[in-house]
Amino acid sequence: MAPAATLAAPRAEAPVLAPRKAQAPYPIVIVGHVDHGKSTLIGRLLHDTDSLPEGRLAELQKVSSQRGLELEWSFLLDALQIERDQGITLDTTRIWFKTAKRPYVIIDAPGHREFLRNMVTGASGADAAVLVTDAERGVSEQTRRHAYLLSLLGVTKVIVAVNKMDLMGHAEAAWQAVKDEVSAYLAKLGMQPLYVIPLSARHGDNIATRSQQMGWYQGPTLLEALDLLTPPAGRADATFRMPIQDVYRRGDRRMAVGRIETGRIRLGDKVEIAPTGQPATVASIDTGRGDGEQFARAGQSAAISFIEDAALARGQIIAPAGHMPHLALALRVRAFWLDSEPLVVGSRLTLRLTTAEHAVVVEKFERIVDVENLNDADTQELGQGGIAEIVLRSAAPIAFDPHTDLPITGRAGLARGTRIVGGAVVLGAAENAASVKGPVTAVDSSVDRAAFEARNGHRGGVLWLSGLSGAGKSTVAMGAQRRLFDDGWRVLVLDGDNLRKGLNKDLGFSPAERLENVRRVAEVAKLMAENGSVVLVSLISPTAELRALARSIIGDGFHEVWVKADVNTCAQRDPKGLYAAARDGKIAQFTGVSAPFEAPTSPDLVLDTAEFDIPTTTELLIAHIRRNLALDQADGHAVGI
Amino acid sequence: MSSLDQQHLDHLDQLEAQSIYILREARVRLKRLGLLWSLGKDSNVLIWLCRKAFLGELPFPVAHLDTGLEFPESYEFRDRYTKEWGLNLIKDECPPIEMTDPTLPPGTRVAARKSLGLAAALEKYQFDGLITGIRRDEQATRAKERIFSPRGLDGSWQAANQPPEFWDQFTIERAPGTHMRVHPLLAWTELDVWRYIQREEIPLVPLYFAKDGKRFRSLGEIGITFPVDSNASTIEEIIEELENTRTPERAGRSMDHEAEDAFERLRTTGYL
Ligand SMILES: Nc1nc2c(ncn2[C@@H]2O[C@H](COP(=O)(O)OP(=O)(O)OP(=O)(O)O)[C@@H](O)[C@H]2O)c(=O)[nH]1
Ligand SMILES: [Mg+2]
Repeated sequence: MAPAATLAAPRAEAPVLAPRKAQAPYPIVIVGHVDHGKSTLIGRLLHDTDSLPEGRLAELQKVSSQRGLELEWSFLLDALQIERDQGITLDTTRIWFKTAKRPYVIIDAPGHREFLRNMVTGASGADAAVLVTDAERGVSEQTRRHAYLLSLLGVTKVIVAVNKMDLMGHAEAAWQAVKDEVSAYLAKLGMQPLYVIPLSARHGDNIATRSQQMGWYQGPTLLEALDLLTPPAGRADATFRMPIQDVYRRGDRRMAVGRIETGRIRLGDKVEIAPTGQPATVASIDTGRGDGEQFARAGQSAAISFIEDAALARGQIIAPAGHMPHLALALRVRAFWLDSEPLVVGSRLTLRLTTAEHAVVVEKFERIVDVENLNDADTQELGQGGIAEIVLRSAAPIAFDPHTDLPITGRAGLARGTRIVGGAVVLGAAENAASVKGPVTAVDSSVDRAAFEARNGHRGGVLWLSGLSGAGKSTVAMGAQRRLFDDGWRVLVLDGDNLRKGLNKDLGFSPAERLENVRRVAEVAKLMAENGSVVLVSLISPTAELRALARSIIGDGFHEVWVKADVNTCAQRDPKGLYAAARDGKIAQFTGVSAPFEAPTSPDLVLDTAEFDIPTTTELLIAHIRRNLALDQADGHAVGI
Repeated sequence: MSSLDQQHLDHLDQLEAQSIYILREARVRLKRLGLLWSLGKDSNVLIWLCRKAFLGELPFPVAHLDTGLEFPESYEFRDRYTKEWGLNLIKDECPPIEMTDPTLPPGTRVAARKSLGLAAALEKYQFDGLITGIRRDEQATRAKERIFSPRGLDGSWQAANQPPEFWDQFTIERAPGTHMRVHPLLAWTELDVWRYIQREEIPLVPLYFAKDGKRFRSLGEIGITFPVDSNASTIEEIIEELENTRTPERAGRSMDHEAEDAFERLRTTGYL
């Protein structure tokens, strides 16, 4: 419901002219390597189309001469003092102009590698790009990187501007050389330049007016090329998707608010709400156009209520019945990385897919791209400005669309904590991963946790025993289990070696497989703990990432126990002869020998088996369990039996 | 299907929908929001959009940083629409000019009182998010802004070190004791604002409409804001005028022009 206009703005007595419809400006980003002339080109374009506001040229002349420069066109956009002092663009900016055909908003982007995040910020808002390439220096590092990022950002309409032709004597051969090089690179990305225009930004050749110097060039000027661009296709005909931003209450009505990203919706439509798949029927639609709205379409911000009492929450996606997004626990994505700290296997990120947020772990790099030649790079980490294909794993199902089907619900920001450090387009669910098949609705247990606990006389929980092979994890766990069992406790042990004979027999010892190993064990332990059992997990779990994953899956009842003994002590014990085999090179990736063990930094309990004997450490573990998991007398329950 | 269902969203619909999206994100992400109401056309549009975004309500306070130097028509407007729109108004007085940086040019110092008033309001009301009506087309340093723009401890803007912002994924990280500026109108132009005011019939301070050959194109304090020559006395005429003018919107604002970096200095130290 629109707020009623309480006072009409003053109006003329004269008959009102039919208001001319405002046309949306066509957003164009100007990208390319540092100093190749992007900002100059924009300044000149604005000037040559007579679009500069009054007084602006004089002001530019003044600030240029104050710095001992001839007229510096780039100062029109490089407005910050630091940009003018250093002669480079730091941050993206926008400027408006119009031709007889339509209005444009031109987005300037910095070419310096250090400011790639600002280039992405600018380019993400564009529908087409001008890739500026210096005729003298040719295709350079950021020319390629920017081209790659354009393809990831879905900006596939690209005009190439071969700039500084004045430095090359306006020779056709210079243009041809750049044209061949750029076209070959773009072709590998599945793109094709719409036009390759030889120009000189500083002198205004082939910007708005045809160059006198380059009669050999038959194609359009830059301005003509812009007017030849076709507008992007509308999104209203694609499958309906509305990610929920928030839930508002009006009286007893609850409304999902959000923006319709694709498709359309009308009253009475049957929908499903991902990821749970709960069905609902549209009861009302409010986009602020007044009462009685029947429809809404892509691009509109809407508030929608349903006939059913649906459980609504931010991050869910409303979809047509039978056309839910895909669901998966692991995604294959193509990502760009903007942070100075590199991304490595095991890194934890927040995947921000529309309004949903998922804690994910980098499970593996399928390929890190060498942007120079688009081959596989020989590296194990993704540095700033890098691009890679990655598998990301989540503990909860992620609703998504492959980005080739529906770009908006098929892309995501990547955050470290709350800081945005990269972006990704979703290629699909990771193969062989435990994808959630079809809509999943959790079934509630018929006996609740409190009832289990009341009968057992203790709470459920997970004691996660990590430590080197031979540190004594299994011995201590088995000892504690026996004692607690004899006292009437419901207690069981999940032992890493035993699990690898069954549940996990398909897994090896690579970082990704260790991750999956931990994920499965943690999920099983969690189920048992929820059903009232005390679970002793005996698993090397050598890295902080692995233990953090377990903690994130299990939640509150998780107790991190470090069964501590140094490598030498363990190697001396060597109950299974594994250390000897590892030292002989017969076992690869053996923790403590050829794979690292990261000591826990803040475990809930340390059992030092090098210092104390087994009965003592077992006693310590039992005491910890009783202290934390027994129900006390005050609750009316027995402690132990 | 009806024709409405087929109809394309026009440019104003798109801008409106995007601004509402931004406002709703701000509401989710920030706990203690405030909206800065300059009494000018842009912040009126902002209030209008908020009432659409929040289904008829404005669920956070609206602050007018009062220098005591507004035109009488502006005060009249403020008091009337505070009531009619049901606003929760904060109208604290800004600190005096003597407290501003004496190295700034004189007109800029008047504007700097607003920065001080803003700092005081932030301290007093503990806002973690401030919604303001700045636009990229107004001024070259504003053109470099983010939609969600984190501020430093003293409210400062780190122009050379802004976070990435793409695909509507806004920065939510804030250091303790700092606030976030939220800019829902960043993508709008002056003409868009007028066309929207026309379409929605949003009320304005009458000073925007020409009287005796003069009107205010940008409304600020008495003494540092000056009217421009114009005969545009209706919205239609103003739109017509703007479609043909080459004079920049803030030509009548002295602080923009007193020195090359005057406005940037104002902004990096917390001004809008
Ligand atoms: N000779 C010649 N010089 C040019 C031309 N175009 C730009 N330049 C100069 O190249 C230098 C860099 O131009 P900018 O426009 O700042 O380059 P940019 O691509 O915007 O650089 P960043 O934004 O920092 O990446 C300036 O000194 C320009 O004057 C041209 O057509 N011919
Ligand atoms: Mg530049």
